Amino acid sequence: MDQIILQILNGLDKGSAYALIALGLTLIFGTLGVVNFAHGALFMLGAFCAVTVQRLLTLSHEVVDPERTDFLGNPLKVDVPYVMDIFGESTGAAIIDWSVPLAILFAIPVMILIGVVMERGLIKHFYKRPHADQILVTFGLAIVLQEIIKYFYGANPIQTPAPEAFRGSLDFGVWLGFEANQIIYPYWRLVYFLFAAIIIAGVFAFLQFTTFGMVVRAGMADRETVGLLGIDIDKRFTMMFGIAAAVAGLAGVMYGPINAPNYHMGMDFLVLSFVVVVVGGMGSLPGAVAAGFLLGILESFASMSAVIDLIPGINQIIIYLVAIVILLTRPRGLMGRKGVMED
Amino acid sequence: MSSSNFTRRGVLRTGAATGAGLALPTIFSGAAWSQGFTNEPTGSTVTLGFNVPQTGPYADEGADELRAYQLAVEHLNGEGDGGMLQTFSSQALDGAGILGKKVEYVTGDTQTKSDAARASAKSMIEKDGAVMITGGSSSGVAVAVQALCQEAGVIFMAGLTHSNDTTGKDKRANGFRHFFNSYMSGAALAPVLANAYGTDRKAYHLTADYNWGYTTEEAIRASTEAMGWETVNAVKTPLTQTDFSSYIAPVLNSGADVLVLNHYGGNMVNSLTNAVQFGLREAQANGKDFEIVVPLYSRLMARGAGENVKGIYGSTNWHWSLPDEGSKAFVQSFGTKYGFPPSQAAHTCYVQTLLYADAVSRAGSFNPCAVVEALEGFEFDGLGNGPTLYRAEDHQCFKDVLVVRGKENPQSEFDLLEIVEITPVEQVTYPVDHPQFAGGALGTCNPGA
Repeated sequence: MDQIILQILNGLDKGSAYALIALGLTLIFGTLGVVNFAHGALFMLGAFCAVTVQRLLTLSHEVVDPERTDFLGNPLKVDVPYVMDIFGESTGAAIIDWSVPLAILFAIPVMILIGVVMERGLIKHFYKRPHADQILVTFGLAIVLQEIIKYFYGANPIQTPAPEAFRGSLDFGVWLGFEANQIIYPYWRLVYFLFAAIIIAGVFAFLQFTTFGMVVRAGMADRETVGLLGIDIDKRFTMMFGIAAAVAGLAGVMYGPINAPNYHMGMDFLVLSFVVVVVGGMGSLPGAVAAGFLLGILESFASMSAVIDLIPGINQIIIYLVAIVILLTRPRGLMGRKGVMED
Repeated sequence: MSSSNFTRRGVLRTGAATGAGLALPTIFSGAAWSQGFTNEPTGSTVTLGFNVPQTGPYADEGADELRAYQLAVEHLNGEGDGGMLQTFSSQALDGAGILGKKVEYVTGDTQTKSDAARASAKSMIEKDGAVMITGGSSSGVAVAVQALCQEAGVIFMAGLTHSNDTTGKDKRANGFRHFFNSYMSGAALAPVLANAYGTDRKAYHLTADYNWGYTTEEAIRASTEAMGWETVNAVKTPLTQTDFSSYIAPVLNSGADVLVLNHYGGNMVNSLTNAVQFGLREAQANGKDFEIVVPLYSRLMARGAGENVKGIYGSTNWHWSLPDEGSKAFVQSFGTKYGFPPSQAAHTCYVQTLLYADAVSRAGSFNPCAVVEALEGFEFDGLGNGPTLYRAEDHQCFKDVLVVRGKENPQSEFDLLEIVEITPVEQVTYPVDHPQFAGGALGTCNPGA
């Protein structure tokens, strides 16, 4: 029983990342009808927003320490961050410690800007082209973005640790009456899950309760009619692209402390997120979220050694297996609408 | 009107011969055939092929390998401060290139993919005339390129490759490995682990699901079980895995009190980070402190894992803080040129280039068979690992192995590992027919002509 609870918890944080990326993908697909293979790269760019903020906060000047030597025997040059000069040592250290949460403030405008530039600069030229062309151009864009990041940040993962207060883990099992050490769960993963829940709720509330959201929903249902009503739907859809980019970016920022960001992390999530979208139902926002969590949890279960012993290799194919079963029984996915991608 | 010489039989015969000629791999055709051996250098220069990952997940390691190769070429051509040429026990190299020929080089990108690595090696041999191929950061690539070099008749000096198979079941007469291997890691680590953590331990292995992972798990299990440890579980993890939480979470509950991470590169960075997040380092199991072990450490990986490596044991082929004259000379010239100390990958690549050049000089020929003969059973010192033997039977270097531990209070971003023990070569030496290296045959050298 404790193992099952443990894997459900594990699936929640992975599912959160899938759900956030899939939510953005579905928003873009639902509004603009574009299959955006660069969406994983937006997740990666978000994570590198955290890296960038960390780098900015740790910008340093060198102070020579004559008492210590470096690897060549010369006097050691110690880096002192400017933040510590300005705010004092302890406040400066605390600011650096909180660089990941601070990166959220940086990532929101940056990611919206990247999203809007991407849509206006490249993707809008492909609206009327076949889906295959859209996939090729966005996939190409993803590779370009990935290589740019590798050029500036290198190929190795870069640690972006969580604030000191959120390191360590919670003995969840003790709460449920199990013995100590049975169900351990890192604090930051709980934070990630709650953060994802807030973002998802925020996006739904935005679409449901604002005029902007109402127009976007109407546009998703019937773009032509909304256009005929004199509403500039294109402008709103561009904004939605920016918002979807910000959602993926925020998912990336907060994911940094879970897995050190590297340039190809976007690709690692991209394919799975597409499976999530298809399983959830193309164009269905609740479907994307539900499928994200479902597949995250199933993936966790399939990684249990008891399951692998029973069916070797299941951990690598479970998601695709479930996708096949769901698409065979429900060809439109869990919550897919009629008519989407069926023309 | 002259009568035609074409007959049906004649056309058939010519066609068959031409077809057979075209079907031959291009590697065996052209200039290579007409000479004594493949790519015999005839002018005033000799070309070496540096095949390193320039793109892909090990690109940073590849970049460090390339820096080391460039430094080696400088030193061979008499430029710079000479580095390890000053400390190398063999004094056959004089800084005037190799056999009086100036050393030039071409580079290829392995992408850490076997097919891409073979393609780039093939291109360097066929198009650029490389007489020796060296480099790489993965055992899969090393085994593939080694086999290609054997067929093509050029020498392969392996870069970073740690799987037993490179000089075990996949060994080749034209291939040589200076880097240590999984067996040696196990043999060096086990006594240190038993000393630090006791002999009554239960280990849980997470193993990368490919060749290097298997041989490393096998080696570490064999040597720790011989010390009295018990292996409670061993789980294979996909190479593409980035979040290891679902593999790590059940560990604490499994009855194990040690976690062995048979992972390298990004896999290791992520799995170790996850293990620390799940509180394994502070945890208690079976009344003891829970411990984590990483069999193969590299400084670049340690840098990626950050603070998480503190106090964690592993093994390494070489470390820049070694106090011997050879290491000091290499760190000095690398550090002066590039501004930071070299990695173990850089070290092994630099040393391999010098060893090749030295073997050619001693043999007085670039002929691969002469080089093989010069390297087989060659004993040397002054290259950073103490007295070393290139064993004739499997072309594996035998030398001391370093057991390291993540440093608690690093002084700089490079000062991440501390040497705990230098395991003497006798302790890591194994017979040629050891079961972990069984199968395959060295064969005979191929000069390509």
